[in-house]
Amino acid sequence: MTNIFTNDLIKGWDRNTIASKIANDLPHSSYVNLGIGMPELVSQYIKEDREIIYHSENGLLGMGPSPNENEIDLDLINAGKKPVTILPGGSFCHHADSFSMIRGGHIDYCVLGAMEISVTGDLANWSTGKGIPAVGGAMDLVAGAKNVFVMTQHLTKEGKPKLVRECTLPLTGAGVVSRIYSDYAVLDITNDGFKVIQLNEDITIEYLRTVTDGNIYQ
Amino acid sequence: MQINKIKKEMTEILSDVFDGSTIMVGGFGEAGSPIELLHGLIDKGTKDLTIIANNSGNGRVGLGALIGQRQVKKVICSFARSAKGVTFPELYNKGEIELEVVPQGTLAERIRAAGSGIPGFYTATGVGTPLAEGKEEKIFNGKKFILEEALKADFAFVKAETADRYGNLTYNKTARNFNPIMCMAADKSLVQVKKILEPSEMNPEHVITPGIFVQSVINIENPIIETNAIEEGMTYP
Repeated sequence: MTNIFTNDLIKGWDRNTIASKIANDLPHSSYVNLGIGMPELVSQYIKEDREIIYHSENGLLGMGPSPNENEIDLDLINAGKKPVTILPGGSFCHHADSFSMIRGGHIDYCVLGAMEISVTGDLANWSTGKGIPAVGGAMDLVAGAKNVFVMTQHLTKEGKPKLVRECTLPLTGAGVVSRIYSDYAVLDITNDGFKVIQLNEDITIEYLRTVTDGNIYQ
Repeated sequence: MQINKIKKEMTEILSDVFDGSTIMVGGFGEAGSPIELLHGLIDKGTKDLTIIANNSGNGRVGLGALIGQRQVKKVICSFARSAKGVTFPELYNKGEIELEVVPQGTLAERIRAAGSGIPGFYTATGVGTPLAEGKEEKIFNGKKFILEEALKADFAFVKAETADRYGNLTYNKTARNFNPIMCMAADKSLVQVKKILEPSEMNPEHVITPGIFVQSVINIENPIIETNAIEEGMTYP
């Protein structure tokens, strides 16, 4: 049974630190799809020793940063429908081609948020089971990208573990997650459970066990 | 006599659209969304429509307005929850509009398949999720896939950048999105374009949708910009 210390405030890595850890693990010349929200931060931490090409599923390969106010073009947006830019070497394509890049296994890495991740790599991140169901491209990304990285807080806002034996929310994909970057640790999904790759300096493995539901080993 | 797919009047380009039609609506959010064609359909008053699109409309403009006028009975889309969505949530929460949720890539591929004469295909997308319920499963090389069927429509409503009288189309940046594949999957593709070119001015190397996939074109030189329209509180009609 999981022991939850909701009032025990352990300050994990901040989102910028998590983003920089992910950025360090993306190899030179990889094609990457960053999910909307927190994963977008990753692009700010890519070191100069490498070049990464960003894909946006609405038909843009070679996506650049946000434009200046006077350069906004509402025909040039990302998957979150926010104005972006295209870099030299970039290209546009239609939706079926863009999703062939994903579904055909051409995208090397995608980075997504999560509500729950199971010890076998199941991911739930599209539906709380309430409200209007809306999936977007999440199911395609987790099924098709070669590596699925999850960037998340270790606990929910209510202090419950997001890393669980079995997801309770509707799945986005089954057995799809490769690696989890949380504020407490970096963990790989393996046949034996969650394998700790890196533990936050302020956290012990014993504590991590109490806030994770599922086998953890180092 | 020359082929000429260009129509002068909105009533003319929409003349075949009938009550109960299934209509694919291009665009991803507002980029590439055929707002004027949708407003034409509001003027025409066509009812009981099934709409296939990525989203379910913003504000009370374009698709949002058409839904608000209760002309749509069902929406097939990947993402019906947008920050500026008003009319779809209103009707959905009252149980007065149907929704079929389709993963975005599966939606695109079902549309592409329909346009290419492929009745169905197996995909890994959605396997093990609630969206796989009721779908045939098959194992290929030890991995599980589900069967998805092609998605056709009576009409495609599309926005493009330029067209010639043959219906050859070019698009602008990410406003291309679903538009080219929807032109392929519909019995009739109705296209609004910002600019009409002479065939000799159209570079064949730049044509994205060849005219064979297009039935009618109308010139809308200065289309409504959804973001601005919503900010200004525009509603249609």
